[in-house]
Amino acid sequence: MKRNAVSRKLVLLALFVVGLTGVLGAQSLLGSGASFPAPAYTKMFDEYYKATGVKVNYQSIGSSGGLKNIQDRVVDFGGSDSFIKDADFSKYPAQVVHIPTVIGAVVVTYNLPGNPKLRLTGDVVADIYLGKITKWNDKAVAELNPNVKLPNLAIMPVYRSDGSGTTFNFTAYLSAVSAEWKSKVGNANSVSWPAGQGAAQNAGVAGVVKQTQGSVGYVELAYANQNSMAVAAIKNSSGMWVDPSLESISAAAAGAFPADTRILLVNTDAKEGYPISALTWIIVYREQNYGNRSREQADQLAKLLWWMIHDGQKYVTSLDYATLPAPALKAAEAIIKSITYDGQPLVK
Amino acid sequence: MENNVFAGQYRGRKRKDIFFRIAVMVPAGIVIALLFLILAQVVVNGAKSLNFDFFFQQQKPFGEIGGGIVQAIVGTLMLLATAIVIALPFSLLAALYLYEHKGSKRANGLLSVVNTLQGIPSIVIGVVIYSWVVVPMKTFSALSGGIALSIVMLPLMISMIKESLEMVPASYVEAALALGAPRWRVIVEIVLPAAGSGILEATGLGIARSAGETAPLLFTAFGNPFLSLNFKGPISALPLVIYEYIKSPYDDWHQKAWGAALLLVVFVLSLNLFIGTRKKR
Amino acid sequence: MNDRRFNALLGFAALVIVFIFAGFLFTLVVQSLPAVKQEGAAFLYGSEWNPVTTHFGALPFIIGTLMTSAIALVIAIPLSLSAGIVMGEYVNSSWIRSILNTLINVLASIPSVVFGLWGIEVVIPLIRKLAMLVGAPPYGAGILSASLVLAIMIIPYMSSMTREALMNVPAGLREGAFALGLTKQEVVTGIALPFAKNSIFAGILLSLGRALGETMAVTMLIGNATRIPTSLFSLGNTLASVIASQFNEAASDVHRSAMMGLALILLVITMLAGWFGRSLMSKGMGAYGK
Repeated sequence: MKRNAVSRKLVLLALFVVGLTGVLGAQSLLGSGASFPAPAYTKMFDEYYKATGVKVNYQSIGSSGGLKNIQDRVVDFGGSDSFIKDADFSKYPAQVVHIPTVIGAVVVTYNLPGNPKLRLTGDVVADIYLGKITKWNDKAVAELNPNVKLPNLAIMPVYRSDGSGTTFNFTAYLSAVSAEWKSKVGNANSVSWPAGQGAAQNAGVAGVVKQTQGSVGYVELAYANQNSMAVAAIKNSSGMWVDPSLESISAAAAGAFPADTRILLVNTDAKEGYPISALTWIIVYREQNYGNRSREQADQLAKLLWWMIHDGQKYVTSLDYATLPAPALKAAEAIIKSITYDGQPLVK
Repeated sequence: MENNVFAGQYRGRKRKDIFFRIAVMVPAGIVIALLFLILAQVVVNGAKSLNFDFFFQQQKPFGEIGGGIVQAIVGTLMLLATAIVIALPFSLLAALYLYEHKGSKRANGLLSVVNTLQGIPSIVIGVVIYSWVVVPMKTFSALSGGIALSIVMLPLMISMIKESLEMVPASYVEAALALGAPRWRVIVEIVLPAAGSGILEATGLGIARSAGETAPLLFTAFGNPFLSLNFKGPISALPLVIYEYIKSPYDDWHQKAWGAALLLVVFVLSLNLFIGTRKKR
Repeated sequence: MNDRRFNALLGFAALVIVFIFAGFLFTLVVQSLPAVKQEGAAFLYGSEWNPVTTHFGALPFIIGTLMTSAIALVIAIPLSLSAGIVMGEYVNSSWIRSILNTLINVLASIPSVVFGLWGIEVVIPLIRKLAMLVGAPPYGAGILSASLVLAIMIIPYMSSMTREALMNVPAGLREGAFALGLTKQEVVTGIALPFAKNSIFAGILLSLGRALGETMAVTMLIGNATRIPTSLFSLGNTLASVIASQFNEAASDVHRSAMMGLALILLVITMLAGWFGRSLMSKGMGAYGK
């Protein structure tokens, strides 16, 4: 009868579903968070899939999103370019560790007719985002760029509307070079922006700047390069005009690294270092047996992390992300080795 | 009512008539023109993306040109299948309840609940399902996305199925009962099949409605660049890739967003048209 | 299986659905309590929404929601009424009528995210140019863009409701009026529209309910700013769009609770709009005798 035919189909469907779930469940990992390293991560994970068949699904939702997801334990790992402060560790149900992966640059990108190459200092950028400099041909911008014919166009600053590690690093830099910024706005994943328009994730900011003449935004270098967007040279603390590049980012990261790797690279002392460089981390729980996590899942995660800081590094330089310098690599290895399942380290 | 309907010059009234005709035709024309404009853009822009890779390749890393959206096509199908598997039985049973107890206080209560559910914004559904399913499961999943979509479909399907049940001639039921069949058998073996095409229609429309839903999937299905058949893991969907791709700066992704939009619109349209032609029979 | 078990099965399904709805309300109320307790009534009228200082006032979003829906209605009502009148009163060929019906249904079934896509590619550049002409900041996104696209999204439903309402005017009334020598315009504005008034209002209210909860297109076009919009070209947020943007990163307990509070407010106002619409609709059908 009709009902039997329907219920038979339902049983078949249920079996199909159960079957698929069992067969294909263990070969994938889920991460979410920072959009800053997303071009590097998605490239790495594409190669990892080709090499091992493991599908690492990374959703670029912003550092704050990644931190929330790892708090809720709904992802295997979180990505963040802002490290967790000591006071905030208590928000997590268990101990978490930071594993550094790549180093990138927060660049100041803009959309002007003719795409001229501009030079900007930190306090000029701060003044733009404070809303004090409102036109491109303002004196402060013009005197830094005497060879460029700047248009009488309104400046539209674009910022991150979502909680962002890129914002964290950018505002840390602005706070270091502009006392007014430090007192009025400060340094965090989300701040109260005095001027401009918000967009979500690095991709969103790049999208708005690309489409809006006169706008300026802060994004990771890869986003600007991939879309042929103009990038400003910034004066670093040694007085040199530095373009963001693999070399200048590596120079900024050449110093010492703390054992827990929580370090801010902005406003670097390095003579040829790019002043708004930033390290990014993957956040995982130290003890991997939580919820109903299987040993295999924890193993897969540890394998992935180990690969990311070793074999995976070669894939990111073409996107102008710097690889981990030796001290950071050593620290990262030690941290990965401290990840355990039931107290047993996963990587020896 | 105006007095000069009966008094006044005929010419004045005639002029008013023509003026009114123009005054309504112009905005109506604007509406029709807008519709064509939007559809044309979806078709023209979307068609540019349609190639073999688009349908059969997975997403490429950020900024790389090429690849496709097979993961989103399969993901949407999986989500809709899950949603229907949950929503159809419940809508049938609930509609039958309303049919059997029509007019009773309980039935009216259920009816108001169903009507109210219909108006719940789907983002609210997504937020609640995150609490109810994603957090306990400790993962984003196609299952949670399907559950959210089933709640979106449910009220629509219940109303439509109830209507088709009520359209079954009472004489069928009475005749069967007179022959001594128990009521439940009459419902299952006479009324349901008679309402069959209406039930199919309701299913089709429920699918059409949910296929384009994005908001509830943001916190349930979450998204996935890889093709996945795992219902207990995160999954992509056509609306999700449209949303992600159009926010990005990548021209290639913008193209694909239009392509995905075209697929969605064609899918939803075909369902609607198919149901429309069935209705005429 | 017998009659008793069958009825129990039906009753069970009915109960599940009622529990789902009750569960929604319960979850939203319970999870929003911490934020509401912290803010008190200021949750509704506070104008600062700041996750960093953990002050949560929903006023900017309530205003954003009301502004976009109101502007969308102002744009959509004349267009929908006209379209409905033309379809209901002026189109005589059933061939054209069915084509128009299909077209309206097509527009009604385009998903919100596709409207957002179209809005980003077409509406935002236009509004940006308009803003530059008027001297407003050239965001492109903002209240006006979101309201425009919202209007286009609710036009199909409103037009069909208007058409249906007009087609339900008893033929006798109409024919009598024509027999008395009234012009078409006089019949429409003097007889048909007043008769269909309740159903048309119901259609407007139900469309309002849809506009209030509309998420994707608005999120993509409104600019995502957490401040009270002051002009058409301001950036803003609606209840639905701020939930879509911030829910996935609300990490602190209070922030999450505040998001659930927003969802609760949204639920309540859409429910109210729906109730009013439905009650008007049932009144409309009963008017003038059956």
